[in-house]
Amino acid sequence: MSETEVNPTISKSTGLPRKRFYRARAHSNPLSDSHFPVPISPSHVDYSLHYPQLFPSSGQADSSKKIQFADVGCGFGGLLISLSTLFPETLMIGMELRDKVTEYVKERILSLRVANPGKYQNVSVVRTNSMKYIPNYFEKGQLSKMFFLFPDPHFKEKNHRRRVISPFLLDEYAYVLEVELEADPVVKLLCSATEEGQKVARNGGQTFQAVFRRIAPSDQTS
Amino acid sequence: MESEPKKETEVAPALIAVHPDQSSVAVAVGPHLRVFDLLAGSAASLIDDSDAVPFHKDNIRAIRFGASGKLLVSAGDDKTVKVWSTQSWRCITTVSSEKRVTAVAVSNDGTFVCFADKFGLVWVVDLDPPLRDKKPAPLLSHYCSIITSLEFSPDGRFILSADRDFKIRVTNFPNKPLNGAHQIQSFCLGHTEFVSCLAFIQSQECPQGLLVSGSGDSTVRLWDITSGALLDTCEVAIKAGLLESNGKAEEHGHAVTDLCTIQDGLLVAVAIQSLQGIVLLNCNVSAQTLSLAKVVSVAGEAFVPTCLGSSSSTGKLWMVTGVSNLPGCNNPSLARVRVISGIDVKQEPVVLEDDNIPGREKLLETLQGTASVDDNVFLAAAEAVKAAMCNLLIKKQYPSENREYRKKSRNDRKLKG
Repeated sequence: MSETEVNPTISKSTGLPRKRFYRARAHSNPLSDSHFPVPISPSHVDYSLHYPQLFPSSGQADSSKKIQFADVGCGFGGLLISLSTLFPETLMIGMELRDKVTEYVKERILSLRVANPGKYQNVSVVRTNSMKYIPNYFEKGQLSKMFFLFPDPHFKEKNHRRRVISPFLLDEYAYVLEVELEADPVVKLLCSATEEGQKVARNGGQTFQAVFRRIAPSDQTS
Repeated sequence: MESEPKKETEVAPALIAVHPDQSSVAVAVGPHLRVFDLLAGSAASLIDDSDAVPFHKDNIRAIRFGASGKLLVSAGDDKTVKVWSTQSWRCITTVSSEKRVTAVAVSNDGTFVCFADKFGLVWVVDLDPPLRDKKPAPLLSHYCSIITSLEFSPDGRFILSADRDFKIRVTNFPNKPLNGAHQIQSFCLGHTEFVSCLAFIQSQECPQGLLVSGSGDSTVRLWDITSGALLDTCEVAIKAGLLESNGKAEEHGHAVTDLCTIQDGLLVAVAIQSLQGIVLLNCNVSAQTLSLAKVVSVAGEAFVPTCLGSSSSTGKLWMVTGVSNLPGCNNPSLARVRVISGIDVKQEPVVLEDDNIPGREKLLETLQGTASVDDNVFLAAAEAVKAAMCNLLIKKQYPSENREYRKKSRNDRKLKG
């Protein structure tokens, strides 16, 4: 498209956005009152905005397809891009607090959609504070997988409240995740295989399981 | 530097609570908790011999009767929750909180007291066995959001928490709440501003109760808490004639401040900022709708209620207006109590004169601090309360012009050219 020629933020050769124009500070304050739009309820999430090819009109009354994967703190979108082609029938979304980084992911998805017709239509990103607004985006038991890759450990006692994984937030993640995991034999392995998984399973209590899958960080920094 | 002077002393609205049998009425203004015993016909003398903090040292932010009236709970800015016995009027337990307390609730059987703080944490205390000082356990949390209201569902299965981020969370109240309440039943999402108050409507047709909520978006909404579904929305500020119905209500200042269900729950009394009186709503349980029944105005004086209370069977609504620490005022704790009787689907509601209310002048003297009132002062009080609520609960919009100026002192901005 002609825009990419004059716009230096998009690379001429690949058509993809260049990271250097989307640099942002590593941290954004999750405690502050941000003023990005938040859907009033999960039924107000505009699927036609995120997945235009799959939901052509915004007046799409409850279709059977809903978002099933959520990448919390998706950063530059590496995981989502890989997952998109692995699970082409699944709708997925990334949630990121930083403005510039979200813009980067948006541009990246758009460019990939143009360069690969028919692909990457099932992935999108939204700028939001997932610690506050997850119930606004997803209904009870809607998600089949949630990803929390490399969350900031916030070692200091005074910063523990900024952790993405905390006993209180686990209640909300359990609420949006579907309760299917007892049947999945891999769950037991996942819980025991990672340190973080074990610690969180202990904190989380007896009513649900928190499952974390670590995917090889091939695209995290590209 | 610029902007308003930082609140040296915060303004706190007057609160009222009525015993379920109307055997006593409590009013809290600032740190003062005043109770009138209607059966005895005199003021109740509260006894508090706690070692740590006798009585409240700072603004009380929540009071309620619980456990069928056996207990009275008060909590506030002094970071304590006090549980009083309504038999002896003695403080039986004092609980310390890490943060200022914004809401309290008592489980239906009186075994647990829950309180919420300004950071979004809800704590629970086990009252059995009764001890002087209790340590609370964390129950659940709304991430970094001020919790404005806590309620137990009528059947005791759920605990509801409403916050400043427009959300109402319905959580299963477990058998062992000291281990936390982890199972979220639903979220009631639909309000477009902070949720300020919650109340339950109960009737034979609907024993588990329907939830009504009031909000800064000037609406009262009806919910099914099991699914979180929004059943009906009533734009009370528009219905009361305070707002135009065209376009967005950009102006804040018509927030719903309190809700109270009366007449076995079929009528809901609503207090709105700037309204001198209350709005009565009718709930049709089978149709699951809310409709305007009547607007009841208080004539003859400037009376914008800050809190409402009632006991279910008497058809009377108790209202209080008032504030603590009103700047430029001699009396630091002002309160004015009025009663509306005859709240019934058949009758006409009547605002009672002072000598017709239960307890009469003696009650007024006890609860108001004085029998006579200075009319003008209460208008200023209403404005102060409105401003305080907006400052606390409405998200600040920072103008983009001086954004760079505000970030001047940030470390990562200093090194740049």
